[in-house]
Amino acid sequence: MLNYNTIAGLVEQAEQAEKPISELVLAQQAEQTERTEGDLYEEMRRTFRVMEESVASGIDPDLRSTSGLTGGTAYRMQQAVREGRTICGEVFGGALTRALAVSELNASMGRIVASPTAGSCGILPAAVLTIRDARGLDERTCVMSLFTASAVGMVIANNACLAGAQGGCQAECGSASAMAAAALVELAGGAPDMVANAVAIAIKNILGLVCDPVAGLVEIPCIKRNASGVANALCAAELALAGITSAIPADEVILTMKRVGDTMPAALRETAEGGLAMTPTGRRLFKQVFGT
Amino acid sequence: MNVFDIIGPVMIGPSSSHTAGAARIGRIAYMLLGQPAKRAEILLHGSFAKTYKGHGTDKALIAGIMGMKPDDARLRSSFELAEQAGLSFEITTGHLEDAHPNTAQITLYGEDSQVSVQGASVGGGNILINRINGMAVEISGQFTTLIVLHRDAPGTIAHVTELLGSNGINIANFRLAREQKGGTAVMTIEIDGDAGKELNRQVAALENVLGSTMLKPI
Repeated sequence: MLNYNTIAGLVEQAEQAEKPISELVLAQQAEQTERTEGDLYEEMRRTFRVMEESVASGIDPDLRSTSGLTGGTAYRMQQAVREGRTICGEVFGGALTRALAVSELNASMGRIVASPTAGSCGILPAAVLTIRDARGLDERTCVMSLFTASAVGMVIANNACLAGAQGGCQAECGSASAMAAAALVELAGGAPDMVANAVAIAIKNILGLVCDPVAGLVEIPCIKRNASGVANALCAAELALAGITSAIPADEVILTMKRVGDTMPAALRETAEGGLAMTPTGRRLFKQVFGT
Repeated sequence: MNVFDIIGPVMIGPSSSHTAGAARIGRIAYMLLGQPAKRAEILLHGSFAKTYKGHGTDKALIAGIMGMKPDDARLRSSFELAEQAGLSFEITTGHLEDAHPNTAQITLYGEDSQVSVQGASVGGGNILINRINGMAVEISGQFTTLIVLHRDAPGTIAHVTELLGSNGINIANFRLAREQKGGTAVMTIEIDGDAGKELNRQVAALENVLGSTMLKPI
């Protein structure tokens, strides 16, 4: 029986069954939730379509957050891509645009999919939709990759955590980045062990990242960390797909993330009492929003 | 835990705990009231009290109290909608002993009933309802849940669980709380899969059961 205790376990079972991780996860989830595979797939397809909508709605020059602090960056990024002003071109620029769009929409009380959290909601949609457009993938393939991404998220939740208040930003954007890297590898036709390496690399690169939101709001620096999260996912997936392995296995990296999170001071775990939140500008913005 | 706990919920931003979770707590209160609320009194504790404005926690709670789900696009205009629907509300901040940092206490008044609910948003949009009308409960809203108010008399739990078992229903979580020996008690039973209204009626008709409410997963 498939479980979500280790990444190594997922890889082993997928290799034995000679199937992608996503297929095993869908079958197991149908059994666990007493629902049909078709029903679960349909729910994930609806979720995927919300992701598409949130990218479209988030690319809006006039979008502003409820606090008034942020908005409009996805549009600027898209303009840069369209006008050929980027260094890395359309695929990378498109990924950044999408991550900013979803994250900004979230800050403006728009509709998004928490994946795994609202604070990190731009990373996974940006990764999947970018490779879809770059490679012309069909919807079913994209939807299935979300089952692989969730399996990675469940392993992280079981061994570490997904909440910034518990483990810092590494637990939110780091986990989202690992999930996105896993989806990218599967979508690019990578083998299950490449998925594991991508997960390991993605988390290693973001290890120790603190959660220090200005005024306690999911805006500064969260929106740009979503852009950075998808960039990291692309980096991890590219390395893994090239056959580069992580010296430290994914499961040990996940446990490391837990240990690092446990030793992180409370001021750097979503309390807005440390990091960027405590800079002179951070304090000024707090006063601007809350008036105290 | 399942895949939709990781990729999901579909929600109105900006915060799964401070917005989506708040809407869910409000919605449980709405479901327990069983009719539209005319007045809502809300007390916010901890981080909810400190940051509710920037996260739209207040709008989300009111939206939930009006029956909206966390992904309802009308959530951000819930104050205007409440006014149109004749729902008055008061939001205050304060301190609740031993409460989770993201806790809201909601008292709703309908045409001919009222209910008081205390719940916490425990992360990722997940919630835990701790109290209903002052009695300790434990409801996550992830399962179909039966809330059975009953007399504290021998055999009552057995009657309820036998009825569930004979209908092929498996219990995921069970919690019992009572005011005092022989007084009123409440069972909160979270079950796997789904159950129909008929089952709830059968539970309500059992000996020593005073009332039963079935909540669908939110």
